[in-house]
Amino acid sequence: MMVIPLALRGIIVVTGKNMRLYYTKPPVLMFGLLFPLFMFFAFFVGRHLDLVAFFPAFLAMMLFFTASSVGPLITPWEKRDKTYERLLSYPVTQDIIILGDVAAGAIFGIGISLCIWVVSTLFMPVAVMSPGLFVLAFVLGTISSSAMGVLIVSPGSDNPPNVMIFSNLIRFPLIFISGIFVPLSQMQGLGLTLAYWSPLTYLVDLFNAAMSGTSAFSPLVDCGVLAGVSAVFLLAARILQKRNLMKGM
Amino acid sequence: MNSIEATHLVKKFGPVTAVSEVSLTVREGEIFGFLGPNGAGKTTTMRMLTGVLTPDSGSVLIGGIDIHRHPLDAKMQMGVIPENSTVYGDLSAEQNLHLSGKMYGMPRGEREKRIDEILSHMGLFEKRHLPVRTFSKGMKQRVSIACAIIHRPRVLLLDEPTSGLDVQSRRLVIDTIREMNEAGSTIFLTTHNIEEANMLCQTVCIINKGKIVAKDSPERLRKMFDTTQSVEVSFDRAVTRDLFVADGILRAEPCGDKWRIYTDNPDRVLKYLVGLAGRESIGITSLATSGPSLEEAFVQLTECA
Repeated sequence: MMVIPLALRGIIVVTGKNMRLYYTKPPVLMFGLLFPLFMFFAFFVGRHLDLVAFFPAFLAMMLFFTASSVGPLITPWEKRDKTYERLLSYPVTQDIIILGDVAAGAIFGIGISLCIWVVSTLFMPVAVMSPGLFVLAFVLGTISSSAMGVLIVSPGSDNPPNVMIFSNLIRFPLIFISGIFVPLSQMQGLGLTLAYWSPLTYLVDLFNAAMSGTSAFSPLVDCGVLAGVSAVFLLAARILQKRNLMKGM
Repeated sequence: MNSIEATHLVKKFGPVTAVSEVSLTVREGEIFGFLGPNGAGKTTTMRMLTGVLTPDSGSVLIGGIDIHRHPLDAKMQMGVIPENSTVYGDLSAEQNLHLSGKMYGMPRGEREKRIDEILSHMGLFEKRHLPVRTFSKGMKQRVSIACAIIHRPRVLLLDEPTSGLDVQSRRLVIDTIREMNEAGSTIFLTTHNIEEANMLCQTVCIINKGKIVAKDSPERLRKMFDTTQSVEVSFDRAVTRDLFVADGILRAEPCGDKWRIYTDNPDRVLKYLVGLAGRESIGITSLATSGPSLEEAFVQLTECA
């Protein structure tokens, strides 16, 4: 009878703790905020590209990077500082900790990406054709990206720099095969096949549908894929972290 | 009623059995000492009792609630100080306590009152706004204990709480354990410090190689080994171990500027030492006999198992 309020309270407290402790850590600021901005400058500035046309893809990239940069840091940092065991001994379970980590990443992603969108509207006409899809893109995009960040750390490590390197090894290739720099309609062969396997492709496509009204897939497909991968990432993170705990700390 | 009830706990890490068929009960209001040499399975058992590790088999009830089936309800009754576990260094002592209080669902007003009270008691009130990373080890441990007792738990589990602390911090920790017990908390304490267990605990349980080898009151455990007593002697000059080879001497250990000689016949050893001193023209500066110690019981139990 008491389990649901206790679990919810646990998620909220763990999320708050993560927000307070990890949002300002240098790896989060570097790999979550500065890197995607540098990528934007490197690819779009000075190349006479239509920034408005590429804006949905850029927003998807920002959201993906910010939301997936918090999760990989938390558990290794806690294990290294020996606070993880104490956290587990509080009235929380491993599932609550995972959900708190995902929520912290998602809130970070939403906050930063919303700021970028709001500021961008001051300088360029970035219209939103479908507000409902736009909100869905934010919600599903941040949850799936944040869940991916938590999954990346799940094989187990207490060394934050190593985990961040591993996380970038996965995240960087994804931005090149997901229709951000080359639109999906211009991709072919192996590139297109790889794009179908990247969850980021569907987020870029959903932002395109929400902001410009054009998309390669139906928004229903985009939403379904993002919800599906979120569930798979969470389940995989749960299984891996449970296995780690069975083996010890 | 039992506050902690562990039944047939087994935990294996690959081919190594860390804990094998451990069963123990801790009565409500008791201070229970859990002793064992390094690698005996103390911390693994503690982690299973606190719900951090899932046992391969067996069960743990905290206040009658199965911690692995209903972890949240069971953990609400507990306060835990894990081994070598620190609090958040980037947070202040006060923020760490607020976090802990929130975890246990304490309302803000009650939390603030309790935090002021507990920080004053721990001698940390003046430094409550400083980040914990700037604290000494003893101060960090005090914050750690404060986090574990903020909600006045019914069961308090402490893993080596005084390890590596200075005398003042050690005394404060021991006093806090006693006060919590007097206020009604059941205490489960793992320690290397046998004297500490002897002083604090009503029941002592000794684990070795993953198995419980003894469980009784410190006094009764000592009496189990009352055949072993010791004689402490110091001379006016240094002597070597080979002088202590005689009938009745089980073993001799240097102990500061003294020698501690373990024996099952103190009378014979005393006569031998006096004779030895006369023969070798050595002055005896002190000579004392003592009864069996809990330490001796611990050594014998963990050596012969």
